[in-house]
Amino acid sequence: MKAKHQRLILALVALCGIGGAGVLAASALRAEAAYFRTPVEIQGGKAAVGEPMRLGGMVAKGSIQRQADGLTIRFVATDGKASVPVEYKGIVPDLFGEESGMVADGRMRADGTFVADRILAKHDERYMPPQMGDMPKNMKAPATT
Amino acid sequence: MHAYANPTRFLQIAKPLTPWLLGAGLLLVLGGAWAGLAMVPGDYKQGETARILYVHVPSAWLGMGGWTSLAIAGLIQLVWRHPLSGIAARAIAVPGMLFTALCLATGSIWGRPTWGTWWEWDGRMTSMLVLLFLYAGFIALTSGDDGQRQGGSLSRGAAIYALVGAINIPIINRSVVWWNSLHQGPSITLGGSSIDRALLWPLGLTVLGFSLLFGAIVLMRMRRIIADNRVAARLRRLADDEGI
Repeated sequence: MKAKHQRLILALVALCGIGGAGVLAASALRAEAAYFRTPVEIQGGKAAVGEPMRLGGMVAKGSIQRQADGLTIRFVATDGKASVPVEYKGIVPDLFGEESGMVADGRMRADGTFVADRILAKHDERYMPPQMGDMPKNMKAPATT
Repeated sequence: MHAYANPTRFLQIAKPLTPWLLGAGLLLVLGGAWAGLAMVPGDYKQGETARILYVHVPSAWLGMGGWTSLAIAGLIQLVWRHPLSGIAARAIAVPGMLFTALCLATGSIWGRPTWGTWWEWDGRMTSMLVLLFLYAGFIALTSGDDGQRQGGSLSRGAAIYALVGAINIPIINRSVVWWNSLHQGPSITLGGSSIDRALLWPLGLTVLGFSLLFGAIVLMRMRRIIADNRVAARLRRLADDEGI
């Protein structure tokens, strides 16, 4: 066996080892590296009241309610399996809307409402022109100038 | 393959190829940018903001593709010790880091109006930042060594570093699938594209154009490294002849 074949085998074995270690590390991080938790993970008292956390989910259709003070909004975040009511006082990103993704920083209140300090909008991987026929009804075309 | 690993043979091909790659790359990037900015409609949801994807996506592709090629060069260096592989790895590192930085910068600029934040520590962004640091580490590791004396080849440590760093590439790619993230899932997969055809074609132009530009930059840098090595070797010979 030539020296370069030995090196090739050694390098390939080492590569497999590195790859395996990476896969193991990634799968061990599966829960820890998540950027947010979804309603099903925190529903039913699984999240401690007052513990800072991040909640992600879709804003349920027809759930956004603006409160009388003009700043506070309430809506329901859902992941299809569970729902959590969210309360937030402040300005939301432009892309925040019903049937659209959002991520909220905040904590659970004792009454089961998630009180958010900050809200980010999360969009999906689809891009299309505004005049597409199969556009969902709740998505309006942006105003053109 | 061995024939092209010879620096002289490589120069014969690289020299005439460089201007073609550069010219075609510039044309495609300019055409794609024009098409992406002026010809196609905005996105149904994000409006004009989504047009930054025509720079963001090619940057991400080249940042990750750059490290993939760098790791392959590291493997060839380790196993076959071709003199050109180390030169190629050195040449790739700087443009690779540049495009990774461009990807992070455009992503940040895009994130502010759409998500509402410049930066979040989600899986995609964090792993991409790690790639930037990997590039910085590789450049630091290879710029202080005695590469000119070794004809540009990598030290064993640098080659192993390139291979080990490659583990981050599938992690970046899968980060939005394995973990909940703020970044959306992949738009373009083997199964198709969730970017509508009307918005997709300028992306093809800019991805191809930036890739050709990347190739041209790498060839130019490789030629420069070879030229530097030859000058250094000649100076050494002169010094030896004069007995200094």
